[in-house]
Amino acid sequence: MFKASVTERRSGMILRVIAGFCLALVSGLAVAEYGLNLQKPVTPVAHKILELHNMIMVICLIIFVVVFSFMFYAIFMHRKSRGHKAAKFHESSTLEVVWSTIPFVILVGMAIPSTATLLYMDDTRDSELTVKITGYQWKWEYEYPDHGISYFSNLSTPREQIQNKSEKGEYYLLEVDEPMVLPVGKKVRFLITSNDVIHSWWVPQFGVKKDAIPGFINEMWTSIDEPGTYRGQCAELCGKGHGFMPIVVEAVEENEFKKWVSTQRDKILTAQASAARQWDKSELMARGKQVYSACIACHGANGEGAGPFPKLTGGKITTGPVADHLHIVFNGKPGTAMQAFGKQFNDADIAAVVTYERNAFGNNTGDIVQPSQVKALRK
Amino acid sequence: MSAASEHHHSPPTGITRWLFTTNHKDIGTMYLWFAFIMAMVGGVMALIIRAELWQPGLQIVDPQFFNQMITLHGLIMVFGLVMPAFVGFANWQIPMMIGAPDMALPRMNNWSFWLLPPAATLLMLSLVAPGGAPGAGWTLYPPLTLQTGMGMDFVILSVHMLGISSILGSINIISTILNMRAPGMALMKMPLFVWTWLITAYLLLAAIPVLAGAVTMLLTDRHFGTHFFDAAGGGDPVLFQHIFWFFGHPEVYILILPAFGVFSQIIPTFARKPLFGYSSMVYASASIAFLSFIVWAHHMYTVGMPMAGELFFMYATMLIAVPTGVKVFNWVSTMWRGSLTFETPMLYAIAGVFLFTIGGLSGLMLSITPADFQYHDTYFVVAHFHYVIFAGSVLAILGATYYWLPKWTGHMYNEKLGKLHFWLTVISFNLTFFPQHFLGLAGMPRRIPDYALQFADFNQWSSVGAFILGFSQLLFLYIVVKTIKGGEKATKEVWEGAEGLEWTLPSPPPYHSFTTAPKVS
Repeated sequence: MFKASVTERRSGMILRVIAGFCLALVSGLAVAEYGLNLQKPVTPVAHKILELHNMIMVICLIIFVVVFSFMFYAIFMHRKSRGHKAAKFHESSTLEVVWSTIPFVILVGMAIPSTATLLYMDDTRDSELTVKITGYQWKWEYEYPDHGISYFSNLSTPREQIQNKSEKGEYYLLEVDEPMVLPVGKKVRFLITSNDVIHSWWVPQFGVKKDAIPGFINEMWTSIDEPGTYRGQCAELCGKGHGFMPIVVEAVEENEFKKWVSTQRDKILTAQASAARQWDKSELMARGKQVYSACIACHGANGEGAGPFPKLTGGKITTGPVADHLHIVFNGKPGTAMQAFGKQFNDADIAAVVTYERNAFGNNTGDIVQPSQVKALRK
Repeated sequence: MSAASEHHHSPPTGITRWLFTTNHKDIGTMYLWFAFIMAMVGGVMALIIRAELWQPGLQIVDPQFFNQMITLHGLIMVFGLVMPAFVGFANWQIPMMIGAPDMALPRMNNWSFWLLPPAATLLMLSLVAPGGAPGAGWTLYPPLTLQTGMGMDFVILSVHMLGISSILGSINIISTILNMRAPGMALMKMPLFVWTWLITAYLLLAAIPVLAGAVTMLLTDRHFGTHFFDAAGGGDPVLFQHIFWFFGHPEVYILILPAFGVFSQIIPTFARKPLFGYSSMVYASASIAFLSFIVWAHHMYTVGMPMAGELFFMYATMLIAVPTGVKVFNWVSTMWRGSLTFETPMLYAIAGVFLFTIGGLSGLMLSITPADFQYHDTYFVVAHFHYVIFAGSVLAILGATYYWLPKWTGHMYNEKLGKLHFWLTVISFNLTFFPQHFLGLAGMPRRIPDYALQFADFNQWSSVGAFILGFSQLLFLYIVVKTIKGGEKATKEVWEGAEGLEWTLPSPPPYHSFTTAPKVS
């Protein structure tokens, strides 16, 4: 078809194009901090995934360049305006076999390291610490069954920043009140489930993403190389607050982790003590206003509600009998986004938020709920 | 016989022509206009999404409304734009391509179109139902959709009606192709557009009832006390995903196979050379169709499947690259040593193949299970399926319109404006979706109304691109309307290199064409 020299020159040109693309790609990897490629890996799994990803991407780019260099050659050389006459050929069994076989071989080459990585990721045996993760609309609960600790992790970005009323912070939407704390260098097993709808727990730098599904417990593991703060987000659409339930993991040295465990235990004891005493109204209102931040996403900052979420101003529940109000906050309403907050908050918090809702936004019922009343519900 | 064909039966006039028509050309026209209107509606929703994502913070809409927009945008573009548009082309072209006087079941044809407007209305009405439309994405995953108000019931009934319409349309297409081919038109002589539609119609018949089952189970879970998907009642939320994607993966091939057919018509015409590897194209389409039924769980790698499942679905999905590759190689070989010209339809076909391949290769990356753990539910996926569905299907729809419009109207479109529309569309499409690959890799989840600061720049590019892309389609409307109204007379062949029965008819073809079957040698 062509003279040898032409063919050589052409394949030389194609090679140069490929080399150029690869160089561009490598420099792309070097500027990963500009957010062109996967985030910097900090676990063995994330390292393996990044290698795999880079390998597949290079293969795909090479295939792309090779295939379309033929197309562009045809576009420039075989056009009618250059007087090119159409050839007549329209079939070649040899070519069909060749270009079915070559991709198949490439695929096998990709499948082997992928399978190895997958088997490695799946192996949760011999873990040194277990953390149970539960997704809620729209927050995470972290439970350390070996240490008797459990707490909720909420978005801590102020609403004013979200509503563009104040300057956004560096970690806008990627910051929480209580991060998950893990020791570095230990194999940590996660058990993950959900309380309501499907969520997905994802920290890109760990290479860990697993769905949190109500009624199921999924398993995965990680082992963090170096101390630091690692951030992620819920990855499965879970309703109105889906974009507002970040994940923050503090990876610390073993001794710091131990210190953190004992602080957490002290906190639990203090909370139990405060539930035992009587609270006055101003104290409950002040605490209630803080706790109410968990309700704003649905019921609005001033209890105005939105869409399917009922308003609290002059509502049947918020101005009706105290017992009904306490009941719905404590036990939730099945089939809706209204959760059983009795599990999530301590007695003082529940008492405070109910008191607040009954006396704020123009609901002047004058009712006061004491932590002891909430405690009575816990039997 | 010739006396009978001269008895010219002209259409009734006014609204009744369209309400009661059983003519494949009229019905094809209505399908195409319906698709265009839905594209505008779904496009406005896309622009609301992109306007909200212009910068970090909540600007324009409430997060719940944002979720409703992404849900309806997806449903409308899939069921309102791409599927009806291709059925429109099928109605116009299949009878003319196989030498049939009309579709096999003309009255059912009328019915399958007229189900669409009420279904679309119901879909839109869900927005004003108490509690609004579902905000769970077009995939409608429970338990989130069990929490939604009656808007969800509107959507369920709408999906049923759209599904019935598709099933009726498929039965019609299959009966037409199998029974009404002109003498001498053997199956392996059919134009490739007819072939890909035959395969697509079978996919629809097999897949749509599965979707109907899934949404019916949602309906009974919501109202009749069943617990298929409710873990608290012993149900399994993941079951829905399996059923949905058993429909959903064939569905994406339903959206793309007719586009492959369109590329396979356009490229040989403007290369002035027969399609390379005709029979391998047919077999490749059939293998893609078969594989589409055994790869569904690659949408669900993160739900916690057993290892055997993850591996099976990874291998099966990777295999799809082989027949898809064959198609791309065949198109490139068709162009190779042709005598190429670059009228607007050809530009669309080339860009379609080129950009679809980017989507195909990112699809191959997504099939690799361990890597998918990083890509899943990020903007990488959003970029991927827009490269497949927009660059594949929608560019094919635009190209096919330019390709066949002169045949249908008897007028040439304005080539200069057509090219301008092409370049605007393709450049703004890439500006919109290419940066989304980087966003996804950098860690931006999809379906969020607000995002962290490091994602701001690429989101702005994307929003600028989206607005140009959206408004460029008004130019398309202008070109099409102008071509319908007048313009340079088109010849019978329209294109120098065009081959096939439809090009033996005058432009525009008579209201009833091929009343006497042509002979195919």
